[in-house]
Amino acid sequence: MANRTKAVVMDATAVDRAITRIAHELLEENKGAEGLALVGIVTRGAHLAQRLAERVREIEGADVPVGTLDISFYRDDISTRNNPEVHRTDLPFDPSGICVVLVDDVLFTGRTIRAAMDALMDYGRPSCIRLAVLVDRGHRELPVRADYVGKNVPTSSRERVRVLLKETDGEDAVVISEGEVTKEC
Amino acid sequence: MLSSRHILGMDDLTAEDITRILETAESFAAVNERRIKKLPTLRGLTVVNLFLEPSTRTRTSFEIAAKRLSADGINFTASASATVKGESLRDTAATLAAMSCDLVIIRHKYAGAPRILSEMMDCSIVNGGDGIHQHPTQALLDLYTMQQRLGHLEGLRVGIVGDIAHSRVAGSLIPALLKVGAHPIVVAPPTLLPARPDVLGAEVSWDLDEVLPTLDVAYMLRIQMERSDGMPFPSLREYARFYGMNLTRLAAMKPAAIVMHPGPMNRGVEISADVADSDRSLVLEQVESGVAVRMAVMYLLLGGADSGAAA
Repeated sequence: MANRTKAVVMDATAVDRAITRIAHELLEENKGAEGLALVGIVTRGAHLAQRLAERVREIEGADVPVGTLDISFYRDDISTRNNPEVHRTDLPFDPSGICVVLVDDVLFTGRTIRAAMDALMDYGRPSCIRLAVLVDRGHRELPVRADYVGKNVPTSSRERVRVLLKETDGEDAVVISEGEVTKEC
Repeated sequence: MLSSRHILGMDDLTAEDITRILETAESFAAVNERRIKKLPTLRGLTVVNLFLEPSTRTRTSFEIAAKRLSADGINFTASASATVKGESLRDTAATLAAMSCDLVIIRHKYAGAPRILSEMMDCSIVNGGDGIHQHPTQALLDLYTMQQRLGHLEGLRVGIVGDIAHSRVAGSLIPALLKVGAHPIVVAPPTLLPARPDVLGAEVSWDLDEVLPTLDVAYMLRIQMERSDGMPFPSLREYARFYGMNLTRLAAMKPAAIVMHPGPMNRGVEISADVADSDRSLVLEQVESGVAVRMAVMYLLLGGADSGAAA
């Protein structure tokens, strides 16, 4: 897609600081790493969850279970999307009775999170579900809010917010570009 | 999304489509291991099982697949439907269309019935077996089973043994194997081969014992005992002696080679009981894969932008 990059709203350092802060907030609110699990939504949320877990280990010296969640089968727009590429869900623990933190890159309409909560519930009954996102860009279509936010980025709905990560894109950054709106977040 | 909105035969699928179906099936197989096996994916869509020829495993497999995806499944079976009262396929299609369904799985005793249905109806059609023509979802689940066990498909030597001339399973499996770069070898007495076996694109052999040591998969076809014109070989015992899989033949195969059968098995004819129950036989894995692969097919057919009926 021929998107013109308008602005870099977070660079690598800012992304790293945001992850560190969210890790601290998680541990503070949960009073440690006990009974906590991170579940990243594929693909970039999964990488972010992995990084959060590493940061938690550095801070607290404790391992939190990490899982990945594919929400393709829970989307509400299956008949209008033409590229239902499916990844694997991998939850190496039972989410019942623990506090599960969903991790995603961009919070937009809230539909992905609705689907993720439904998917998670089919694996067990967490004692609570929290939401951590790197960027909240507004324009919610569902009553969903994030508990931990890396950065609030006010956008127009015509803009496109992209989170770039080393694992998938070779660099860490959050960029806004003008372009066709793809409401996929 | 697949390159065709129907799966009438393997011709409708590209190698890319096949890879996509097998990959998606892997995700569904993981779902089938959960405690809650139901997904909301196809909620509100209607899937019709139009089975105008007796079938238990294929129909049940499609039925479970539809239920696991939250689609509403409706069964039309030969004995219960209006076809026994003389209704034509055309009228059955019109009736189904009037009830606005999204996907029809059809099994019919005549080759080509699914294609006729696809020309008369607006929804996606999946061939669940038509006469002696094709049975594409069986071939897909067979590929899936082979890939899961052997790790790859390309270059596999797959011996398909038995009634090649009358087998719709072979009719789909041979082109499917060719598409993914595997190497099919049909093994049968000349009376069970079609008039021009060379057009199949597979290697042809009359001698099972000669090809066995080279095979990665021995795919045993069912001898169709119900055929009214009798069997084109002297006796079942003779067939079993020359073309049946048994422990001696299994020992002649490569150590990692596997035995498959589309079911239902005639134990003691094309496969001996001890082979059928051994860990080299993947018969039950095939049945298990069937649900995941059919879920993938339904998901990919109904999840695309072009399925106007689903919107």
